[in-house]
Amino acid sequence: MSPTFQLDGEDIAFTPGQTIMQAAKAAGVYIPHLCWHPDFPAHGSCKLCTVKANGRFGSSCTMEAQAGMSVENRTAELDDKRRTLLQMFFVEGNHFCPSCEKSGNCTLQATAYELKMMSPHFDMFYPDRPVDASHPDVLLDFNRCIMCSLCVTASRDVDKKNVFAMGGRGILGRRIHINSESGRLADTNFALTDRAAHICPVGVILPKRKGFAVPIGERRYDKAPINEQVKEPLKETAP
Amino acid sequence: MTFELETARHPEKLRRVAIDPVSRVEGHGKVTILLDDDNKVHQVRLHIVEFRGFEKFIQGRPYWEVPVMVQRLCGICPVSHHLAASKALDMILGVKQLTSTAEKMRRLMHAGQILQSHALHFFHLSSPDLLFGFGSDPASRNIVGVVAAHPEVAKKGVLLRKYGQEVIRMTAGKRVHGTGSIPGGVNKSLAAEERAELLKDIYQMVAWSREAVGIIRGLFEQNLAEYNAFGRFRSAGMCLVRADGAMDLYHGGLRARDIEGKTLFDHFDYGRYWDVIAEDVKPWSYMKFPYFKALGTEDGSYRVGPLSRVTMCDSIPTPLADKERETFLAFDGGSAAGATLGYHWARMIEMLHAAESIKDLLHDDDITGTELMATGERQERGVGVIEAPRGTLIHHYRVDENDQVIRANLIVSTTHNNQAMNTAVREVARQYLDGVEVTEGLLNHIEIAIRAFDPCLSCATHALGQMPLEVAIVGADGTVIDAATRDHRGLTREVV
Repeated sequence: MSPTFQLDGEDIAFTPGQTIMQAAKAAGVYIPHLCWHPDFPAHGSCKLCTVKANGRFGSSCTMEAQAGMSVENRTAELDDKRRTLLQMFFVEGNHFCPSCEKSGNCTLQATAYELKMMSPHFDMFYPDRPVDASHPDVLLDFNRCIMCSLCVTASRDVDKKNVFAMGGRGILGRRIHINSESGRLADTNFALTDRAAHICPVGVILPKRKGFAVPIGERRYDKAPINEQVKEPLKETAP
Repeated sequence: MTFELETARHPEKLRRVAIDPVSRVEGHGKVTILLDDDNKVHQVRLHIVEFRGFEKFIQGRPYWEVPVMVQRLCGICPVSHHLAASKALDMILGVKQLTSTAEKMRRLMHAGQILQSHALHFFHLSSPDLLFGFGSDPASRNIVGVVAAHPEVAKKGVLLRKYGQEVIRMTAGKRVHGTGSIPGGVNKSLAAEERAELLKDIYQMVAWSREAVGIIRGLFEQNLAEYNAFGRFRSAGMCLVRADGAMDLYHGGLRARDIEGKTLFDHFDYGRYWDVIAEDVKPWSYMKFPYFKALGTEDGSYRVGPLSRVTMCDSIPTPLADKERETFLAFDGGSAAGATLGYHWARMIEMLHAAESIKDLLHDDDITGTELMATGERQERGVGVIEAPRGTLIHHYRVDENDQVIRANLIVSTTHNNQAMNTAVREVARQYLDGVEVTEGLLNHIEIAIRAFDPCLSCATHALGQMPLEVAIVGADGTVIDAATRDHRGLTREVV
């Protein structure tokens, strides 16, 4: 019989070596997260999946499950902190959901709905982040980047291309760089068929000329909130 | 149109009365009136105090985002911007003919928009003036007052608007700011249950729209002299017409007539609108002043919207509305067709036309079709023109080889009507305010003239970084000590 731990009072079975996040997903329980993806090693950077395990805060995507552990997840205290983190994500970038083609398919937006974020709370940074439209098939709109680095990982580990890299310092300086002399995506060997082209949880890496082809009401999070789609495979063809 | 009363010679010596904000219109505007000690009117200006800026921040965005983004100009007629942008981008994609499902879905969306916007304008915003009198008690001169005094009229107005909004929701995805129209076509057709739901009430909507035409006709009959004379002026006009000259609010060629009714151009390809229209700027307004190039800035201003469309088309392609058009044109020897308040009558005829068009489209099986998109050979430049509720709306884009917008120009209905609205308020000021003590009721007359045009001020302003400006430093004795002017070419020059 598998060992178990308690997540918000519910027994969750796990196999030794699984993280709290992996075990929760397998059991269909939602822990809010942005930078974690089941197919890749945990990055542990967004901190949205922070839980309280035996009274201590930790990232559930990196913390291994232990038998008998008592984990708090959707408590008012934790969701409050997560909401604050989300508000920071929103003000650090330029997230204009009303005209964003990822709206309805966007993990950041769906998580904000889930956590009942009603306003950005903080002053907007309005960073100057140019769009890279040089590639014939893919648009990069860095205004919406949350630095999850999933594209970096997918391009490096799956596509073996190393098209993307994180670089720079500070909230306004840190950004995704394109691995070409010109810094333009068109001058890399990036392709629409790459895994990295379909991994972005927000609206940065977008197949060109698709836009709003899927009507309102038929997009992923129009149909059910994110906490009810834990077991479903991620639909990675954006938007 | 006349430019008298536009600029007083010695404004520093005059008393200033401001209507700020102008109420029961969409957006924020104000009117300033300069009077001398004898209450003689020397200057009247309608100012639009909002800032638009969309042309600038659309630059660099991918073209497929444009129809969804630019409609955020407005919450009242976003569908018009959504469709005008889509039409311009159809041209950029080289799509000359949409699939019949796509075109009919767009036409249905547009008719829903005309219906809801005209209902809102007539019942919610303008009917209080018309039903209670121009100078009536302001406490009840509003939609709440209409609900109390004329509950049936108010109810029908609210439900007509609601029905139009439902048509928009089912075609665009949302009541406000949907995504239904996309470059090259649409992203959905009508589901069978949506069609059935709309069909349930459409006959009632047609009947109520007919009644609405009756209301405004009755008001004209009862107040003939006042309605005919109110803010009356002669004007050139412009609208889209179908190839056979009939009214077409979704697509057609441009028709323009001068002040005498003589045709200036007809069935003109709007893809080259700049050959016939140019825009002038004035230092006191954010809003530009378009004019017919052939007539120049002084004589070339014109009006657009329901009054131009209904009086300039050869027919309306739905029977009930066409009959009402004939009645309107024949009324009192054609007097209402030239009256500023004739806008309301024409508007209700168009609302009836929209309701009839919805009925016809709902009976057309193409609206449930599955062929949604068309393709073509890519172009760099695209122009989309549509007859929005308030008049001709022009969207013009250039898109580079990377799919990014590099230039955008929007000429919206209210901008076309800028000079006409200014002329109308000056006429009203001359008729009602000149030489008498200014009262709230008299100032409302000015607003009634503006409301006749149904201006949507929020989307009408233009400049970014180059706003024409006049600054004057005036001494205590009224003499100008120093002044500077910045004009539309960005020049700054001292004039003192």
